[in-house]
Amino acid sequence: MHPFSYTRASDTREALNAGRRGGRYIAGGTTLVDLMRETVERPDSLVDITGLPLSEVTETERGGLRIGALVTMSKAAAHAKVRTLYPVVSEALELSASAQLRNMATIGGNIMQRTRCTYFRDVTADCNKREPGSGCAALHGVNRTHAILGTSDACVATHPSDVAVAFAALEARVHLLGPDGARHIPFAEFLLRPGSTPQREHALRKGELITAVEIPALPRPLRSGYLKVRDRQSYEFALTSAAVALHVRGGVIREARVAAGGVGTVPWKLPAVEQHLVGERPSGALWSAAAAKAADGARPLQHNRFKAELLKRTVERQLRVVGGTK
Amino acid sequence: MSTELPESAVPPPTGAGESSPAPTRRTFIATSTAVGGAVVAGGVIGGTSFIGPEEATAADGPPSSRVSLTVNGTRRTVTADNRTSLLDLLREHFGLTGSKKGCNAGACGACTVLVDGHRVNACLTLAVRLEGTEVTTIEGLATRGELHPLQQAFIDEDAFQCGYCTPGQILSGVGCIQEGHTDSPEEIREWMSGNICRCGCYVKIVRAVESTAGRK
Repeated sequence: MHPFSYTRASDTREALNAGRRGGRYIAGGTTLVDLMRETVERPDSLVDITGLPLSEVTETERGGLRIGALVTMSKAAAHAKVRTLYPVVSEALELSASAQLRNMATIGGNIMQRTRCTYFRDVTADCNKREPGSGCAALHGVNRTHAILGTSDACVATHPSDVAVAFAALEARVHLLGPDGARHIPFAEFLLRPGSTPQREHALRKGELITAVEIPALPRPLRSGYLKVRDRQSYEFALTSAAVALHVRGGVIREARVAAGGVGTVPWKLPAVEQHLVGERPSGALWSAAAAKAADGARPLQHNRFKAELLKRTVERQLRVVGGTK
Repeated sequence: MSTELPESAVPPPTGAGESSPAPTRRTFIATSTAVGGAVVAGGVIGGTSFIGPEEATAADGPPSSRVSLTVNGTRRTVTADNRTSLLDLLREHFGLTGSKKGCNAGACGACTVLVDGHRVNACLTLAVRLEGTEVTTIEGLATRGELHPLQQAFIDEDAFQCGYCTPGQILSGVGCIQEGHTDSPEEIREWMSGNICRCGCYVKIVRAVESTAGRK
């Protein structure tokens, strides 16, 4: 691990000042410390932001929910409002990592976590995300767990977060605070596809802090849930996953929110699946027909061809679980 | 009631641990391997150096910070290299070697301890961030010579073979019981999944956690 200076920010202004000077924010630290030990991350200075007042879950005036960036994964998952209003969020959180890591890791840090691509984590391997221009060892390497959607010739790494898939599905917005003030952006614009610049992973400006993730109000009743498919039953990253939220009234699907994880370079929203559902009556045939569109545009690699079919089945299964019809 | 331990009294890594002045297996192995010409430098054991306050203030030393925390009821103040993990602080600085280093990457749970009552991975926790916290390790679970009920349950259920993961399993189990995720063997398995046991003692580990939770 490279040496670094360490300071605790006692308030937001202090944090932003340190961030503007190039300090890296640290909250739970579960990704950052791990990658620092691998020397993938080499910050000169760490700014501890855990003392900032960003640890609240509050209902918004508009009827949504605002989860502070420093709320731990375990606290967010256990929060009564999260569980009752958006089970897809609490389920995605509780299917992530381990109880220990969820006690440490925060919501802001979770959506900032970096890919689990083994070549990214191995400083001796070529990786355009870690060393722009060095090449992508995964493209023709062992790429069973890699992405099939949103990839480029420069990078095929998946985004590892589960709750980010739920946030993408629900069309959350990310609240930010920087030297130039506060702003918020749609979740879909927060995480960036690799394109030719895979080292650019998010829309944060220099020194900007995530202050909260806001889930917008959605028509109720809203049924939602998260399904994660992986190599072992627990404590493992997704091969595929599906976040589904449905609003059914009068026997007709009025709103549908669907996104997939484990398959995209970013959490993968599935608008074609959503559009296929809206205005229809729940049925097994409908789930199947909608899910058939889940892998549209997929570009499988040598070892992950199975993911396209697995993704369709994952989405179909979760539509059935949430939609409640066989 | 915590007892105050002045900085000067913090045992160096060559120290024998919290209470025992006798040579430990670690110091024995360290000094044994030194035979044959190698010199064990005071303060450097197992590749980790103890950063004293004088080094912390040296201009060319690695950046260090002073931190005060309570470990198993004893208040400790130490100046540590900012890179020091809680796990290394416990093992190399305080001689508390019950917490184990398995993967050192948050993937096995062998280093699990409680920080302010919550189970965490000590290997991914930077020690200098723990100002004012209370840390509980396997060495601090027993009270007045009486094993913690979960420690006793691990013995009663024969819930280990090699024992390497056991301190982490027990601390994680204490957290799991406190959190209330013990309603069924399936729930215990899921909420204990952050602790890997390569000997495969899961059935008995679940039984130990279940029986301890049931007694509460």
